[in-house]
Amino acid sequence: MTRARVYVTLKKSVFDPQGKTIHDALTSLGYSGVTDVRQGKFFEVSLDGVPADQARQTVEEIARKVLANPVIESYRVEVE
Amino acid sequence: MKVGVVVFPGSNCDHDAYHAVKHVCGQEARFVWHKDADLSGLDAIILPGGFSYGDYLRTGAIARFSPVMGAVKEFAAQGGPVLGICNGFQILQEADLLPGAMLRNRTVKFLSQPVHVRVERDDTIATAGVPVGTVLTMPIAHGEGNFFMPDPELDRLEAAGQVVFRYVDAAGRLDDAANVNGSARAIAGVCNSSRNVVGLMPHPERASEGELGSADGRRIFEALIGSLVRA
Repeated sequence: MTRARVYVTLKKSVFDPQGKTIHDALTSLGYSGVTDVRQGKFFEVSLDGVPADQARQTVEEIARKVLANPVIESYRVEVE
Repeated sequence: MKVGVVVFPGSNCDHDAYHAVKHVCGQEARFVWHKDADLSGLDAIILPGGFSYGDYLRTGAIARFSPVMGAVKEFAAQGGPVLGICNGFQILQEADLLPGAMLRNRTVKFLSQPVHVRVERDDTIATAGVPVGTVLTMPIAHGEGNFFMPDPELDRLEAAGQVVFRYVDAAGRLDDAANVNGSARAIAGVCNSSRNVVGLMPHPERASEGELGSADGRRIFEALIGSLVRA
């Protein structure tokens, strides 16, 4: 069993209305030291019967084709 | 001529679009199940609004892998008219048939209200015969309609004349308050470079008869049908 983690985040240039709302809430709760919040997505992908060296390639492909929209998002893959 | 209305699991404006085509405009229409890749006998395709696959992952992200989408791509590549409304627009973006992507509305709220949009192009399958500058009143109903593209790509999109609708005030003027979801350059609808694939966030099918408060949306269906007559 191979486990991979995929982090999908909005590109830096893309405005994140959800992150801003969370940031506003934190500010109103008194967390004055918080300067910004960006919301993203986190996926745990389990693979069986895929050799470790291929797992990264497969998950990278899944991230590129499905999990992230390249117009607005970037992704990062970690394989255990 | 016959218009196909694609039904995804979670589509909820499919019957409204069918009604607008068949009963309001008096054309033949049939539903196309998303697992059905056969578009034979159809002259135009509508991807209706709704919440395909619950909008899991991203709006339209799963629907674009439906079997019907391969057929829609082929249909579009051959010049067939394709109209995407709301979720249908988002699916066309995910399928790379239309440019851009949708972010969450800038208010982070689901917006369900009438809006005014200005027709920017009269040379697409959804606006042929509707003069540039015409202001149409139609409802929106979406949480993710905040059109986004990087600025250089927006410049290219504008230069290519692919911006079809913009959010404006009732008088047709650009106004930040009228751009309720915060779309880049107030873009409410775009087309592909061949102008036969059009997507828009407002719902013309919900504004196609006077009883619904506005019949402006009917002009878009009439344009679509008119484009078939000329073809």
